[in-house]
Amino acid sequence: MRRFLSYRDFDWTLLVFVLALSVISVLEIYSATLHTKFVHFDEKQILWLAGGFVSMFVLSLIDYHILLDIAVWAYGICLLSLAAVLVVGTKVLGARRWIHLPGGIHFQPSEWVKLILIVVLARYFTNLGGRELTWKDIFKAMAIVGVPMLLVLKQPDLGTALTYAPVLLVGLFLGGIRFRQAAILFLAASLAIVPAWYKVLKPYQKQRLTSFLQPDNDPRGSGYQIRQSLIAVGSGGIWGQGAERGSQTQGDFLPIPYTDFIFAAFCEEHGLAGAIFVLLLYFLLLMRLVQNAQTAADLPGTLIIMGVVAVLIFQIAVNVGMVIGLMPVTGIPLPLMSYGGSSVLFAFLAFGIVMNIRMSRFVN
Amino acid sequence: MAGTANKDDKIPSIKLTAIQYVIALILVILVSGLWRLQVLGAQNYRALAQANRIRKVPILAPRGKIFDRYGRLIVDNYPSVTCFLVPEQAHDLDSDIPLIAEGLHMQPDQLRAVLLRYRHQPKYQPIPLQQDITPDEQAFIAAHANELPELETIEEQRRLYPSNGFAAHLIGYVGEVSEDMLDDPRYAFYQPGDVVGRSGVEESYDPILRGQDGSRDVIVDSHGRELGALGIEPAVPGKSIRLTIDLDIQKAAEDAMGQREGALVAIDPRTGEVLAMVSRPTFDPNDFAIRIHRKQWDALLTNPENPLMNKAIQAQLAPGSTFKIIEAIAGLQDGIAQTLKVDCHGGAVFYGRYFKCWITARHQSHGITDISKGIYQSCDVFFYTLAEKLGIDKIAYWGHRFGLGEKTGIDLPNEATGIMPSPEWKMRNYHQKWFAGETISVGIGQGAIAVTPIQLIRAIAGIGSGGVLKRPHVVFPSEIPPDLTGYYQSQFPGSGDQVIAIDPANWEIVTDAMAQVTTFAGTAGMAHLDGIDFAGKTGSAQIVSNAYKASVGGGAKLNDTAWFVGMTPRRNPEIAVVLMWQNGSEGYLSARLAARVIAAYVDKQRREADNLPQVVNATKPAEANPPTAVPTVQQNKAAPTTGAKQKEAGRLQPNATANQPATAMAALWTSPANGTNDTSGTQIPKRVASLFPLPAGTTLHAGTFLLPPDPAKSTAHPLRTKPPAVAGSHGRSPSRRKSGT
Repeated sequence: MRRFLSYRDFDWTLLVFVLALSVISVLEIYSATLHTKFVHFDEKQILWLAGGFVSMFVLSLIDYHILLDIAVWAYGICLLSLAAVLVVGTKVLGARRWIHLPGGIHFQPSEWVKLILIVVLARYFTNLGGRELTWKDIFKAMAIVGVPMLLVLKQPDLGTALTYAPVLLVGLFLGGIRFRQAAILFLAASLAIVPAWYKVLKPYQKQRLTSFLQPDNDPRGSGYQIRQSLIAVGSGGIWGQGAERGSQTQGDFLPIPYTDFIFAAFCEEHGLAGAIFVLLLYFLLLMRLVQNAQTAADLPGTLIIMGVVAVLIFQIAVNVGMVIGLMPVTGIPLPLMSYGGSSVLFAFLAFGIVMNIRMSRFVN
Repeated sequence: MAGTANKDDKIPSIKLTAIQYVIALILVILVSGLWRLQVLGAQNYRALAQANRIRKVPILAPRGKIFDRYGRLIVDNYPSVTCFLVPEQAHDLDSDIPLIAEGLHMQPDQLRAVLLRYRHQPKYQPIPLQQDITPDEQAFIAAHANELPELETIEEQRRLYPSNGFAAHLIGYVGEVSEDMLDDPRYAFYQPGDVVGRSGVEESYDPILRGQDGSRDVIVDSHGRELGALGIEPAVPGKSIRLTIDLDIQKAAEDAMGQREGALVAIDPRTGEVLAMVSRPTFDPNDFAIRIHRKQWDALLTNPENPLMNKAIQAQLAPGSTFKIIEAIAGLQDGIAQTLKVDCHGGAVFYGRYFKCWITARHQSHGITDISKGIYQSCDVFFYTLAEKLGIDKIAYWGHRFGLGEKTGIDLPNEATGIMPSPEWKMRNYHQKWFAGETISVGIGQGAIAVTPIQLIRAIAGIGSGGVLKRPHVVFPSEIPPDLTGYYQSQFPGSGDQVIAIDPANWEIVTDAMAQVTTFAGTAGMAHLDGIDFAGKTGSAQIVSNAYKASVGGGAKLNDTAWFVGMTPRRNPEIAVVLMWQNGSEGYLSARLAARVIAAYVDKQRREADNLPQVVNATKPAEANPPTAVPTVQQNKAAPTTGAKQKEAGRLQPNATANQPATAMAALWTSPANGTNDTSGTQIPKRVASLFPLPAGTTLHAGTFLLPPDPAKSTAHPLRTKPPAVAGSHGRSPSRRKSGT
């Protein structure tokens, strides 16, 4: 396939939003780790971001159709790496999520799986050719997502496993599921929750899923994180305590204020004004992505971008929801804000594919 | 190419628009959630954040010090340093253990055992390693701050009491406030874990001695580490108080008691000020200053001799013959004792039962006995007869008038009441009728009657003062802040200050007879003090019947309680001493011990102003002193010589006076850090030595011994007390006397 890619078609607007969020992220990581042993994590984050930008530009040059072609192989490797994690992975805080490679590099395969699932599902629904979905099609799609999901659940990493679900939901929605099918699936899922609650979930997972409802019941135990997060957000007020001056963040009351609870730290130090600004950036970024999906040259392009949108909005909703006490503590990072290489690389690689789809819109 | 699709396969844009709306909805929900927390709940969460980060760190207020009446230090505070170990701060705790153990003079295994005991607590919580560490241990910790960052020290003020139990019952001790006390509104001030006076002056004057703890507001992180400070509310130190105790007299009293079980109280009857108070056996209050070991505490509680009991105010015992003084006043005031003459044949029959006189044990008898001889010879038959004639109601009336069976109101905790029996008392408590024979027993201070030493000294010193009874107290009322005066007036109810009208003639009869007690004619001739107008009364109170004692084969624990109440001068005394010696057998033995305290007092007074030994015998109660001179009773003829005075001074081995700091007192304290007398390494001896000199401006309490000699009366030297002819018809040689009651 011939390609005429021009950086005039590169999505500079999207890049501005991504850059703005990245800068905010680095500054907040700096503030949140200033007096802790995680000091200089902001510098490490800059390195990850630099790597992310390079990866994004590189991937933006690769035709996304090639990705669609190799998606099946990639999916196979994904399943293998997830299985490998369960066997040789490093145990951190009771969960095997990481693989250590020579040279001090360790990575979390479950993050990459997200990206590959997006591409695989895009390919799958494209191949269905836009016809109305049969139950068989639906179950196949569920199986594609379900297998890696179960492997990740086994780690156990409930949060990441859940992020695979919106990819499937958006795929089914855009792939042409009928209302009746959707209603039946919804009912079935509701009924499945009951046995899943008693059989699949571990007690600590159940506790985490329910304690956000009454964080004051056990302020020293499972409710502690929620309680401290609420105090941090609430005490920020409208204008915030000021950078490096949030007592919850600086006094180490807020748990992991540079990763999962970075939004709480940001809210404490920059208030409602800062929070709305960040959410506005997310909103503009997502709208821009949806616009790109609309203008994509073909169906797989649209599906891939909407898959990325699904993952991003799900993570934002769950992470911010957790920080303000509307969602349980699940350990899902906030995209582009939370510290962490795997999370940063996922976002930038996703944006790289999006860039390529956008640049390819006039190419045939 | 697999995966390529018809480019016409477009997704309906309505679906993408729907997703856009969903995204917008989600973000609106998140913003509304933020609004709820950051706008509506901001104030609440700010308060919670403040509570999180600000911690009140108490600043402990030092307790007030306790001084004697001349401002000499009795109870001090000292800075005590405790060493803690914070496991979280250690580089490598296991390899540090030998060094730490060596520096703190512990065994490595001992240290490991301590760490093991605290293994379950969070790593950032300090583990107390050693209390009261020595200066060189402090230096060790300071010098190894870099290698051993896990070691930390905290300094706090601890109580330093005289060692060896000196005045322990009087002073009391401090300890952590108990659960029961926290329920008491008087202790509403306290928090669990606070240190509070638990006994003696420490308890009764706790509201003055305790200060008000201050606090520092510090900013902390979630581990409690201090990040900064906000405000400070300084501690208000407790007020120091001055006791009425005279350290010199207290020392003499401690020495006089030795290790004998019992109690001794010396008071100034003119004011009720307690000059000395001793109870035996004693305990070391310093054991309580640092957390007392369970074993030590159990030993104190289970000791049958009850070392924690202040027997001076809590022992309730039959007063024996000392009660005869009160009965004599009753009989004289009733007008029947003046003319009463009893022929003692070693016993007599009352209400069909034979009552023996103590003298019968010596196969003697008192013969014709009047009130005076009845007192100085302590004739039981005389007082049996007097009791029979008075009847129990009159005896009980006078007993109550003099405060028996009632608290005195001394400003110390848990004073006992005692018992002054009467028919009503017996009916109320035993629902039995009073037997006439019981009156006879009460007549010699036996039977159901029970007194505390402090009650007895208040009563008899009051009689010596012509009926002026004072509430005994150990702290000068002027030391009590005005806002607490009301509290202290209500806190210690009792018979307090009273004036009982006594006919001066009766007063003279009784006090003159008491003065004879310490002559060769009296029951305490061996306690005689040359040149001192020393009056008193002995008492030997049975604690079991002679028959029972014989049936169990005797034994020291069943011996009589040996009482002595003495005072000088005989009328309007400046000092009165009661000595109660449990199982001491004979009152005159107690008299000899009490005489040492009297002698120490007189000797000190004489040294104060290089005063001539001169005393005027008053014949009117101090409160009712008429302006016209009343002839003094001159019993003393011989003049003392200077040589005699020196000899006497040498014999008495007086204690250091207030003007000459008591070097012996420095030995009252030992270094608490090492438990040895080698205090060269601590600050204590310096402080103690500097605090002993008499503070400037202190006026010494002058007594009648300091009065200038009256030229008109100086021909006689009343201090030289020569025994009058032995009254009594049995012609006993004084040297053969072995016992007295």
